[in-house]
Amino acid sequence: MSNILGDVTQGTHPEKKGFWRTYVFSTDHKVIAKQYLALSLFWAVLGGFTAYLIRWQLAHPETAAPGAGWIPEPFMYEGVVPPEFYNVLITMHGTIMVFFVAMPLLLAVFGNYLIPLMIGARDMAFPRLNMLSVWVFALASLVLLISLFVPGGAASAGWTGYPPLSARAIYTGVNWGMNLWIVAIALEFAAFLMGGINFLTTTLNMRAPGMTLFRLPLIVWMQITAGVVFMLSVGPLIAGAVMLLLDRVIGTTFYVPEGGGQPLLWQHLFWFFGHPEVYVILLPALGIILEILPVFSRKPIFGYRPIIYSTIVAGILSFIVWAHHQYVSGIDPRLAMPFSITTILISVPFALIVFAMIATLWKGSISFPTPMLFALGTLGVFLIGGLTGIFVGSAPVDIYFHDTYFVVAHFHYTLFSAVFFGGFAGLYFWFPKMFGRMMNETLGKIHFVLTFILFNTTFFPMFFLGVGGMMRRIANPMQYEFLQPLQPINVFITGSANLLLISQGIFAINFFWSLFRGRIAGPNPWQANTLEWSTSSPPPHENFHKIPTVYRGPYEYSSPETAEDWLPQNQLGLEEVKK
Amino acid sequence: MKDALNMKIESMTLTGTGIPSGKAGVWCFLASEITVFGGLIGSYLVVRLGSGGWPEASAHLSFSLALFNTLVLLTSSMTMVLAFDAVEKGDSKKLRTFLFLTILLGLVFLGVKAFEYAGKLAHGFTPGAGVFWSFYYGMTGLHALHVLAGVIVNIILFMEALGNALKPNEHRVELAGLYWHFVDIVWIFLFPLLYLT
Repeated sequence: MSNILGDVTQGTHPEKKGFWRTYVFSTDHKVIAKQYLALSLFWAVLGGFTAYLIRWQLAHPETAAPGAGWIPEPFMYEGVVPPEFYNVLITMHGTIMVFFVAMPLLLAVFGNYLIPLMIGARDMAFPRLNMLSVWVFALASLVLLISLFVPGGAASAGWTGYPPLSARAIYTGVNWGMNLWIVAIALEFAAFLMGGINFLTTTLNMRAPGMTLFRLPLIVWMQITAGVVFMLSVGPLIAGAVMLLLDRVIGTTFYVPEGGGQPLLWQHLFWFFGHPEVYVILLPALGIILEILPVFSRKPIFGYRPIIYSTIVAGILSFIVWAHHQYVSGIDPRLAMPFSITTILISVPFALIVFAMIATLWKGSISFPTPMLFALGTLGVFLIGGLTGIFVGSAPVDIYFHDTYFVVAHFHYTLFSAVFFGGFAGLYFWFPKMFGRMMNETLGKIHFVLTFILFNTTFFPMFFLGVGGMMRRIANPMQYEFLQPLQPINVFITGSANLLLISQGIFAINFFWSLFRGRIAGPNPWQANTLEWSTSSPPPHENFHKIPTVYRGPYEYSSPETAEDWLPQNQLGLEEVKK
Repeated sequence: MKDALNMKIESMTLTGTGIPSGKAGVWCFLASEITVFGGLIGSYLVVRLGSGGWPEASAHLSFSLALFNTLVLLTSSMTMVLAFDAVEKGDSKKLRTFLFLTILLGLVFLGVKAFEYAGKLAHGFTPGAGVFWSFYYGMTGLHALHVLAGVIVNIILFMEALGNALKPNEHRVELAGLYWHFVDIVWIFLFPLLYLT
């Protein structure tokens, strides 16, 4: 790639904009990423609070949850969770954590912030569409918040919203709560569609000179694969959500059996999106780990291209596994075998990526700052989640485990590891770039150790509960005689979960303290190669003084080409300088 | 002005696909739209093939009105292409004429659709009258909303073309055309699925 015109290119000098256009209605991808970060952290606090109430109710049914006495009737009665509100809690916990924490944090925050910086662009291909995206997401957040307070109560059909329960207001008494829930989800999808189109177009068309597709950092590949998977899987669920809303509002009978409709249809439409969705969340998290591992091993990534091919294969396979959520839903048993096979098959590309990660560590000079700890933590925890996925993905085992706490444990091992371990790894790693200051290492390490131990003590016992037969989504396990002997496990889990939630306060303190008091980071505190580290921290408006020229791939650590042990993508090596 | 020039020089050095970003974005958008209608049409086929006796309801639909509407929409795709052709040739008078005709044909389509809905509702075939009617109103309704969106986009382009404000953004006619043809093609699927079977 020649760069004849590169030298005449001067940095642009944007005109000064007012407060509102700089911080609120901004088209700058970095500001938009931070807006998404603020919204997702807000929702994470609320989602964590629902987890607290759920856990309290399971361990100590029908007693007052400490610190929840302020919640008025008819939600709670002096801190006691009534069963119908328990249904709201589990619905909102799933909805919030998947759609309003995981997706904004992993896709919108890291995708928006990193893609233009890493490919050497001044901004997204469609900056105004990007601003629209975050504001539509804010609107979705507002609608979901409002839905909690409407007459009839909030949505309580589970985060999967299965009909017939969700198809008619008279079945549950929940009317506007559920309608607004559908609207909120639909708006959220619209926001992420805009984001996905932007990510893909930007990566295709806005790369700096020399930045070929096979010199892209892996997180960019992961983000755009996730974006494409999202764009191509969400359509049927949008159609399905329109049908559900029509069923509820104008009385169509898509999912209503007495009108000739098919409740099972929703499950297909939902999981056709819902299963690719878990890879939409997982891929960016793997991308974060893949960026961090080489930096703190001072070694090139092992198997750069095979990782990319595995990602693409996993993306394609993710479209043909969805019915493994439906083995007990009355689908044709002959379908169970092919879906079991594809489900087991999809673990192959992910296993390959994990082995590539381990091989990257092999014989590296490894150091353990907080981002690296969280990256390795993600890997370890996700491994358990992935392996138990093979259990529940196989029809014969799943028929017993379906809708038990085994499933709850499994998807928390995958999603919690991706969203929180992966998300924390990314935040600790790119915080210096985003805010120009380092986060505190000591607090970060305490945060990691507590989170890692307490996560496992919270979720590992749930496997035992599931094997013991405890069902998901029951408000009071003590009502079942066969579950009463398991109750000490529930009490233990709740204790762990509370400590896990409290220990996240360490992150909050570290985050805000470092924002104002952290050590000044400088442009490249981790001595990393990718382009975002070649500009100042935080980067100026329009990112680069001069668009960089890229000479090599992103992971040239300990290269003989240079005296240092890192060689940035935009820097000539010793041999190249001689020429 | 100097900034704009710099940006232009810069954009020439970027590594890209050669497809203009706007066009790439619209193609991505259409890909996801295909899956929306794909989901809807797929659901219709599944419910229809899976039901023992499919209701005879589709016999109540007016084949002639739908055929007329099909011709209207196909013609509007032609006028849209002619509008794009006028842009390529720099003929702003023809551009305005053909954009106007496209808008008009879109409105005719929506008018016929509204007439059809009114007739069906008057005979008691409401969206709740059975699963066929649910799909009929759901599929054609979502399609009609897409036609309406296309008409609004074309009206905006037409207004800009009247005031000669379209000049720097004439490629938008092509982008609007891509969308308009997509909406047309969706109807080509809906017409036989709902009216001819």
